[in-house]
Amino acid sequence: MPNFIDIARGVLLEPAGLQDKDLNHVLDQLLSYSIDAADIYFQAGRIESWVLEDGIIKEGAYNIEQGAGIRAISGEKTGFAYTDELQLPALLEAGKTARAIARAGEQKRIKISNASTPTERLYQPINPLNSLTEQEKVDLLRQVDAEARRQDPRVKQVIVSLVAAHDVVLVANTEGTLNADVRPLVRLSVSVIAEQGDRREQGSGGGGARDAFSYLIDQDRALGFARDAVKQALVNLEAEDAPAGTMTVVLGSGWPGVLLHEAIGHGLEGDFNRKGTSAFSGRMGEKVAAPGCTVVDNGTLPGRRGSLNMDDEGTPTQNTVLIEDGILKAYMQDNMNARLMGGLSTGNGRRESYAHLPMPRMTNTYMLPGKYDPQEIISSVDKGLYAVNFGGGQVDITSGKFVFSASEAYLIENGKITRPVKGATLIGDGPEVLTRVSMVGNDLQLDQGVGVCGKEGQSLPVGVGQPTLRVDELTVGGTNT
Amino acid sequence: MSDRKEMIERESRLEQLVSDLLAEAKQQGATAAEAGVSSDAGLSLTVRMGDVETIEHTRDNGLGITVYFGQSKGSASTSDLSPEAVRDTVKAACNIAKYTTADDCAGLADAELMAKDLPDLDLYHPWDINTDTAIELCKQCEDAARNLDSRITNSEGASLNTHAGLHIYGNSHGFVGGYPTSRHSLSCSVISQEADAMQRDYWYTTGRAAADLEAAEAVGQKAAQRAVSRLGARQISTRSAPILFQSDVATSLLRSFTGAIRGAALYRKSSFLLDHLDKKVFPDFVHIHENPLLPKGLGSAAFDGEGVTTKAKDLASDGILKSYILGSYSARKLGMKTTGNAGGVRNLAIDPGDLDLDGLLKKMDTGLLVTEMMGHGVNMVTGDYSRGASGFWVEQGEIQYPVEEITIAGNLKQMFQQLLAVGNDEEYRGNIRTGSWLLENMTIAGS
Repeated sequence: MPNFIDIARGVLLEPAGLQDKDLNHVLDQLLSYSIDAADIYFQAGRIESWVLEDGIIKEGAYNIEQGAGIRAISGEKTGFAYTDELQLPALLEAGKTARAIARAGEQKRIKISNASTPTERLYQPINPLNSLTEQEKVDLLRQVDAEARRQDPRVKQVIVSLVAAHDVVLVANTEGTLNADVRPLVRLSVSVIAEQGDRREQGSGGGGARDAFSYLIDQDRALGFARDAVKQALVNLEAEDAPAGTMTVVLGSGWPGVLLHEAIGHGLEGDFNRKGTSAFSGRMGEKVAAPGCTVVDNGTLPGRRGSLNMDDEGTPTQNTVLIEDGILKAYMQDNMNARLMGGLSTGNGRRESYAHLPMPRMTNTYMLPGKYDPQEIISSVDKGLYAVNFGGGQVDITSGKFVFSASEAYLIENGKITRPVKGATLIGDGPEVLTRVSMVGNDLQLDQGVGVCGKEGQSLPVGVGQPTLRVDELTVGGTNT
Repeated sequence: MSDRKEMIERESRLEQLVSDLLAEAKQQGATAAEAGVSSDAGLSLTVRMGDVETIEHTRDNGLGITVYFGQSKGSASTSDLSPEAVRDTVKAACNIAKYTTADDCAGLADAELMAKDLPDLDLYHPWDINTDTAIELCKQCEDAARNLDSRITNSEGASLNTHAGLHIYGNSHGFVGGYPTSRHSLSCSVISQEADAMQRDYWYTTGRAAADLEAAEAVGQKAAQRAVSRLGARQISTRSAPILFQSDVATSLLRSFTGAIRGAALYRKSSFLLDHLDKKVFPDFVHIHENPLLPKGLGSAAFDGEGVTTKAKDLASDGILKSYILGSYSARKLGMKTTGNAGGVRNLAIDPGDLDLDGLLKKMDTGLLVTEMMGHGVNMVTGDYSRGASGFWVEQGEIQYPVEEITIAGNLKQMFQQLLAVGNDEEYRGNIRTGSWLLENMTIAGS
């Protein structure tokens, strides 16, 4: 099997007649200015999507995204330009624009060489777009639609979407390294509306991986997502108004890990901490969570949506312990912020595309399991909320306040799950919330693979996860006082 | 891209590309097709703590095509405009159309609806600014913020963005149209600190022409005032209270309104305003209208995403819902006519009332002034609403103290009915123009 660099050369450089000496030329030109570091990021991306609605294959779309971004860094300054033409003159022009961030200086020369190709492959360098025929793709959508409708006659509307992406990236930098990655990604999402009398409620399900479409078919995963969506909609048809106020909240395992992503994940990204704008700034070594809470950002899980063989600066991803037994241990870093803070990149330098600047971003962020049986956790609560599914969240990293919105939740009364309640937004304080975790379940689960994280206008696939958690006090934004 | 002559040449090049695309689609067997091409260039620059942080030169090209084989359609797009990529793109769209299902409602908008005259809406005012001047302007902006108050201790910087570009759309009815547009903005975000607590806030100004932007110092000062005013924020207890949405957050309530009356939400029956046409949605005094032809408007366009003429119209009048927001597809699904809103609503405004923000605070007497909201807790199917909020607690019409870490919850249908007043303190920076909204009552969850 050819290695990633050979594949990337074949896709990105050879069609344009570009050779390693041309990349050296562009980087030399950048280094003739007083620049600390510079890189070129080549990308060829293909995305295909299909949508089923009203029982018919309504839409299909194919997208080509291709270009190169050139970045020059001098101290805390960054110059950036990009081009969608993968030709030497366009690259030299973009380089000239990017290096204007610094003054002209002495001439240096560099020679790029292959970095060690990652030996542990987290995913195969396949093109998932070709992993099923078009007919098989639309058949899969129809099966998912039928599965959802078969669950219950109250299901009135089903929308299913299927997306596959194939990204080939190559990074060359002024350290002289050249590295590449070939990244497959598939996702299936189901959204349903159920109707009872004049009440309508929605439910959603979905999942995916860095894999071929076969991932969705194996173990009937896609059909399972349809059943999840229907179950959620039917539960919501029975839901009463959610309570309002501060109470004990039990968060289910898996996707509710979006709590960690919002409450602490963003606040531990290196750029905010270098600038001192995060509520976690200067708190390294301090207690920020209850004993027993260990949180990691792990980009090395095979096949996961948030995993990468290398980040977008060519650094291999790693498993970084952010919080160990309640103590803050590490920030997530890219090259620039690591250098300015006197450390090393943790392989978290990511970018949406060649037309965006990299910055520290999460991969798969989750809490390690504890000792409690989930049932034991629920039984321990007299009166509270049990939230098992969530939509999106948001955080103000400076004040530390974060929100995330439940899409499926139940009341806990006298240690038992009783009635479903309507979705509500939960709000808390990032540096404080994990200190209120009093029980950590033994049932760690990662999400199904649909997470998208936004930061400064850039969207990226990520993963989250956690075991069942009991949080002693969290504010629940219902209407029932 | 500052030269008008160059822009005209560019325009004809892109128009040629659109007609080549449509010809290629026909060649490959499509019975109808539509295509859009855009080209945009700009500068994004940030100064932080008095020094340049990033200079980004942006240059984005893109092309998209939708082909129809009878009633089956396929779409494709590319950022690579090389002839080979363009051919591949059309081919990909045609291939997809083989597998989508024939859909009675699919297809171009009706030919007789195509825009005929394209008035000059005065949308193109490129800003010929060099990086040194842009840096200077950002420095002035950030300095004004950092010097306003000793409690401003840190900064996320001041940023200047300037973009100019062209978008051309054409379809196989023979319609082709487009024009250049520009957009510029200046923003500032700073951090205030007192003891261990930090607060961040920002301000921005935006417009089609640089001359229409607020002064750099004013942007910085507003950002700093807002950040300082949040210091000492606390959680309040759970209660029900009147809510005053400051104009810049009230825009999101209008966005929820338009989200509920857009065609796709209606034909999918996923709107809390289903079957509400000609019904009372707001109190009598509410008048909401759209003006797509507003000169220099940030949402202005003479034709919609399908080439259909846009026109000014009322969405709500005397509180009654007067029009949905439809493109051809959703209109056909609903058995109605397109409202020229493919691509959304353009320059939405609600009539201002008589009171300014102070007057609204007095009218509210006791309640919560909301100045920022967080999260996505809006259920468009049911109208259930639950979002994180921060702002100020108000008693006897006077601001008492800043509030944070609370949620506000209700149901949009009821919230619209419970609108007591709209202010004349209009937020005008975006596609939506509104004063502050005073609502009778919502649930606040806190300590």
